[in-house]
Amino acid sequence: MSAPAGSPHPAAGARIPPKLGGAAAPAGPGLGPARPQQNGPAQNQMQVPSGYGLHHQNYIAPSGHYSQGPGKMTSLPLDTQREDYYSGLYTVPTQNVVTPSTAHQQPGAQQMYGRGPPAPHIAGSTPGSFQGAASSASHLHMSASQPHSSFVNHYNSPAMYSANSSVASQGFPSTCGHYTMSTVSNAAYPSVSYPSLPAGDPYGQMFTSQNAPTVRPVTDNSFSGQNTAISHPSPLPPPPSQQHHQQQSLSGYSTLSWSAAGLLSAQDNLVRNHTGSLAAANNNPANTVADSLSCPVMQNVLPPKSSPVAPTVLSSASSARMPPTANQLVEPVASVTQPSELLQQKGMQYGDYVNNQASSAPTPLSSTSDDEEEEEEDEEAGVDSSSTTSSASPMPNSYDALEGGSYPDMLSSAASSPAPDPTPESDPAPAPAPAPAAPQPSKLAKPFGYGYPTLQPGYQNAAAPLNAGLQPGNPVYSGFQQYPQYPGMNQLSSSLGGLSLQSSPQPESLRPVNLTQERNILPTTPVWAPVPNLNLELKKLNCSPDSFRCTLTNIPQTQALLNKAKLPLGLLLHPFRDLTQLPVITSNTIVRCRSCRTYINPFVSFIDQRRWKCNLCYRVNDVPEEFMYNPLTRSYGEPHKRPEVQNSTVEFIASSDYMLRPPQPAVYLFVLDVSHNAVEAGYLTILCHSLLENLDKLPGDSRTRIGFMTFDSTIHFYNLQEGLSQPQMLIVSDIDDVFLPTPDSLLVNLYESKELIKDLLNALPNMFTNTRETHSALGPALQAAFKLMSPTGGRVSVFQTQLPSLGAGLLQSREDPNQRSSTKVVQHLGPATDFYKKLALDCSGQQTAVDLFLLSSQYSDLASLACMSKYSAGCIYYYPSFHYTHNPSQAEKLQKDLKRYLTRKIGFEAVMRIRCTKGLSMHTFHGNFFVRSTDLLSLANINPDAGFAVQLSIEESLTDTSLVCFQTALLYTSSKGERRIRVHTLCSPVVSSLADVYAGVDVQAAICLLANMAVDRSVSSSLSDARDALVNAVVDSLSAYGSTVSNLQHSALVAPSSLKLFPLYVLALLKQKAFRTGTSTRLDDRVYAMCQIKSQPLVHLMKMIHPNLYRIDRLTDEGAVHVNDRVVPQPPLQKLSAEKLTREGAFLMDCGSVFYIWIGKGCDNNFIEDVLGYPNFASIPQKMTHLPELDTLSSERARSFITWLRDSRPLSPVLHVVKDESPAKTEFFQHLIEDRTEAAFSYYEFLLHVQQQICK
Amino acid sequence: IEWFYPEGPAPPFSAGTGAAACSSPATAFTFAAFCYMLALLLTAALIFFAIWHIIAFDELRLNPIAQCNTLNPLVLPEYLIHAFFCVVFLCAAEWLTLGLNMPLLAGHIWRCMSRPVMSGPGLYDPTTIMNADILAYCQKEGWCKLAFYLLAFFYYLYGMIYVLVSS
Repeated sequence: MSAPAGSPHPAAGARIPPKLGGAAAPAGPGLGPARPQQNGPAQNQMQVPSGYGLHHQNYIAPSGHYSQGPGKMTSLPLDTQREDYYSGLYTVPTQNVVTPSTAHQQPGAQQMYGRGPPAPHIAGSTPGSFQGAASSASHLHMSASQPHSSFVNHYNSPAMYSANSSVASQGFPSTCGHYTMSTVSNAAYPSVSYPSLPAGDPYGQMFTSQNAPTVRPVTDNSFSGQNTAISHPSPLPPPPSQQHHQQQSLSGYSTLSWSAAGLLSAQDNLVRNHTGSLAAANNNPANTVADSLSCPVMQNVLPPKSSPVAPTVLSSASSARMPPTANQLVEPVASVTQPSELLQQKGMQYGDYVNNQASSAPTPLSSTSDDEEEEEEDEEAGVDSSSTTSSASPMPNSYDALEGGSYPDMLSSAASSPAPDPTPESDPAPAPAPAPAAPQPSKLAKPFGYGYPTLQPGYQNAAAPLNAGLQPGNPVYSGFQQYPQYPGMNQLSSSLGGLSLQSSPQPESLRPVNLTQERNILPTTPVWAPVPNLNLELKKLNCSPDSFRCTLTNIPQTQALLNKAKLPLGLLLHPFRDLTQLPVITSNTIVRCRSCRTYINPFVSFIDQRRWKCNLCYRVNDVPEEFMYNPLTRSYGEPHKRPEVQNSTVEFIASSDYMLRPPQPAVYLFVLDVSHNAVEAGYLTILCHSLLENLDKLPGDSRTRIGFMTFDSTIHFYNLQEGLSQPQMLIVSDIDDVFLPTPDSLLVNLYESKELIKDLLNALPNMFTNTRETHSALGPALQAAFKLMSPTGGRVSVFQTQLPSLGAGLLQSREDPNQRSSTKVVQHLGPATDFYKKLALDCSGQQTAVDLFLLSSQYSDLASLACMSKYSAGCIYYYPSFHYTHNPSQAEKLQKDLKRYLTRKIGFEAVMRIRCTKGLSMHTFHGNFFVRSTDLLSLANINPDAGFAVQLSIEESLTDTSLVCFQTALLYTSSKGERRIRVHTLCSPVVSSLADVYAGVDVQAAICLLANMAVDRSVSSSLSDARDALVNAVVDSLSAYGSTVSNLQHSALVAPSSLKLFPLYVLALLKQKAFRTGTSTRLDDRVYAMCQIKSQPLVHLMKMIHPNLYRIDRLTDEGAVHVNDRVVPQPPLQKLSAEKLTREGAFLMDCGSVFYIWIGKGCDNNFIEDVLGYPNFASIPQKMTHLPELDTLSSERARSFITWLRDSRPLSPVLHVVKDESPAKTEFFQHLIEDRTEAAFSYYEFLLHVQQQICK
Repeated sequence: IEWFYPEGPAPPFSAGTGAAACSSPATAFTFAAFCYMLALLLTAALIFFAIWHIIAFDELRLNPIAQCNTLNPLVLPEYLIHAFFCVVFLCAAEWLTLGLNMPLLAGHIWRCMSRPVMSGPGLYDPTTIMNADILAYCQKEGWCKLAFYLLAFFYYLYGMIYVLVSS
């Protein structure tokens, strides 16, 4: 398929097997051995009731699919398999399977059956020892002989691989036996294992020490003898801290496990190094057997086939429960000191495994195992410091301390601006000098609406400098205590036209703003998230608003109060954001509340040294012994200084308690449309180039696997099994009953088969150039992809260019082009079939996410197709009218998106649980996922660009607390095969007055949540309902504010300063593609916008809703920021109105995923020449997507500003230079949302409309 | 008993019943009483349906997919049973009883009309069912139905006895 690839186009009509490469021989025997494996998964599928039933089983008995597959395979003797295979094969219409396998492939296949699964995935997915007790002895050897480096990443440690290979050498029967045993006869295990427990040993402690995957420091010193005390933190005296020092420094590990900035990367590096060597070791595909046999352990182990005897059972238990490291790292310690413990430890794990199974916990999170820590009352006198409640420690130790009256720090901390915080607000944003407002009142006190021209978007007479005084960041600010005076002040301020800045006693966020009279409502600096009104300590500790935001930073005490405020309450999450600084915690026990399972966080209170009170359920928990030692400061007895308690965003390396199965490898499958339409669009070239470029950067470890499928009216698989000289194409044309021709060699190890993969990628773009096949059998292709992925899970990337027209899931065109600009009803926002939804749920159950790239020029019913990603936690990319030459900007965008997509972080088999303080409850979730329980989201994949939103409701009144906390825990498997938990905790104060609620509104978060709700409403009800709801949200909240909080005369439309942008943003939403009416909008565009609203994180969504406009022809260094030795100018934001566009200027609009540079007709030729590289306006080409690198000051400024904007987002936006006269300018002008269009209000009209509604 | 044709179209049977009632009151009495007895039995079944529904929704938080799979096949039988004895009452010309059942029948029809896009039978979509609004609605629906069926059960009992006695 590679070099001679020009010729082997499958002649579509004739269905001739494409002769791939020279060595193509008729298929027969070569495929024989493949039969059993193919059959296994296939039958597996059939047994499972189609539909949703599948998941249940799999969640509860996670090892289910492992046992089923192998069981099938081994039940058939090889010979009969072959016969079976033929008959099976030929019962299918003859053209169906065209398998031009090469002759020399056969031995390889034989071989692999001879020795069991060669596929790394089977081995890799059941890491652990199947060998019984002897194996741990081997572990001992292994790790004893291993230098320290091996401890850095336990998943890649050699011992694990020995275990793996043992699996391979054993063959399937034992695996199968072990899995079935472990799932079926749970009850037997405890009795097998427990008796061997030495009487004196505390059960729980053994257990914890055994389980923790994080015993690295311990194991490092495992031979030094002292740390038995650590690994068995039984009633032994806690080791003096000095010892710890020693150990830590000895091991050199401390810096690694206790993070700070560079930690993660450092660790990664180490891991990578390590992996490299392992990959090398592991890379010899042909002689795995020899390898594994050469290992001394193996010979011990090889158990008789199908021997579900106790030893197997025991070891299998450990393999299922424990990460290989835990085994490998801990056992040496144990067995060196007391060999008898070995069996007993197994027993312990066993017991726990049974627990998990018995409780059938659907989530790894809810495993109850680490509850077994025991009360340790006998503290050592010398170590224990004063255990009084507070004062000694810098952390507030109780809620009372936290509360500290009403708003203790308000006056001091917030006085000038939110600057004392580490929030972005402290940026050197060039806040315009707070111009004294003295001269303004006269102007602004004008009767409402007086000076406004009726239809003019701009308002007539507010002079520009006026606005300066209105910007946030006003120095005049005072505490909330002054609320009692507030009404009075309101009257005063009303008489001053809402501008009584200097004397206003209320907080800035509550300053009433007369919307209709405030001409420039948009601040010139970016709007930052408001900071919850907490005391200084807590503010410093609180979660970054980039990851976690609440729409109301002051939480109302009761639902009644919330209802009065008429504002949405919810959370906006960006949990897997790329972070530059993330503390990674490796610890034996992850400290969590015993009753609600909350992770310990900065907002818990320490009652004394030994107990902490959960801030979500208020249960008092014990502080485990290990937690008393602080590895950062290397001191003992300061639990409140631990990194978990000092950071609201932390990441834990999870133990095997958090696994339902061994961590999966990174698996990527690409499903590509190669119908005529797709070939015409030419995306294959871009994709293949991008893949070739980034093949080495795909996140993953040595187990990473990759596969390809293409489809038109048939489905083409590619056999990339290592050892072939050419990739093999296998065509399945029976799309009604899709099966996998050779299930084993379709997903191959990236490193072992790299050359073949490269061959294939080089050949693919040209393979189908002459195809005449116009049909697209997307549904069957997805079914095949699901079958292929279900044993491991992973990521499926689907590239589709048209409506699926064949087989299951075929769709009809539902769009009526005449209705595109209808103002009445927009139909078909929901799916036409539930095929894709069901498929997504099945995928989600098998930990597979489906990402959709839709590159179509015509209607493709995204509303239906998107379901495949929505419910499987995938992501959706849409490139309307994509063509690689006719539409270069889309091509460029695809290229950039792909680069990001392929190289960004990825987490597999993830779940996210959101907890909140008792009294609050989750109401509705928004984003791409499947909701598996009231607070648990099932995410087959998690990527750093995924955002989520949650609506909250207040179930019980929060009167007895003054703080509420929200905690998001994202449990995922990293691409390196580590199980990790990322925890974010957000803390907010509770308030009882409506004014305080308004003071804390985070208008951007509120808008994003509203947008999410409106999408739901449009789909479930209708678009006009959703639009009405959006308008009502403004009307209700402003009228509620007007009637209850402010005493202003009702003729004016007054909003608190915190909400002053609310109407503007809602108007922007109404004009957004998703919700606009009257303007011609293609259905797919609209649906895509809705998908983006649902899945984008707040920062990106806000740019999509309300783009930023800058004037860039006069960039100066005034107020510039310095980033990486580059000076980045910070031009002020302009409001989105044509009024701001002058013909003499050049403007940059940042819409999130796209940049427009609008060049006015009269733009200075110097600018055009210096920045664009053309002599004058007329010579600028119509399509220009790059700024040339010119060596002029203004070019440098412009480029550094644009680069700076680009760097701040994951998907590099495409730049369009739009000339004033070009037809493309409508693209640009449609974003000027403050202007009136034929179908929609201008901002001012909208305000009038709102006011009218309020007065009704 | 020869009057009773379960799924038949209503008009001819109501006409037939009327004719029968005119001709022989004894037979009509038997039929009305039979209707009540039948309704009694079927309502008992419906009560079990409703209890099942409530329990399932309580356990929904554990596994929405499985719960939807168990609930969905039961929706149509429940609706059919109810529709069936509505028809029977129509045949028996028990207008009051029929009137009492009408709102529920209308509700059922509305539910069927507004069901989500699904290829299988049923009403409950595992992807939206965890939405608090829908969950609360379904739970409330379950309780309301249980109450209605219980009341109806005693009403039918009363109706049956009344018919028997008054004859």
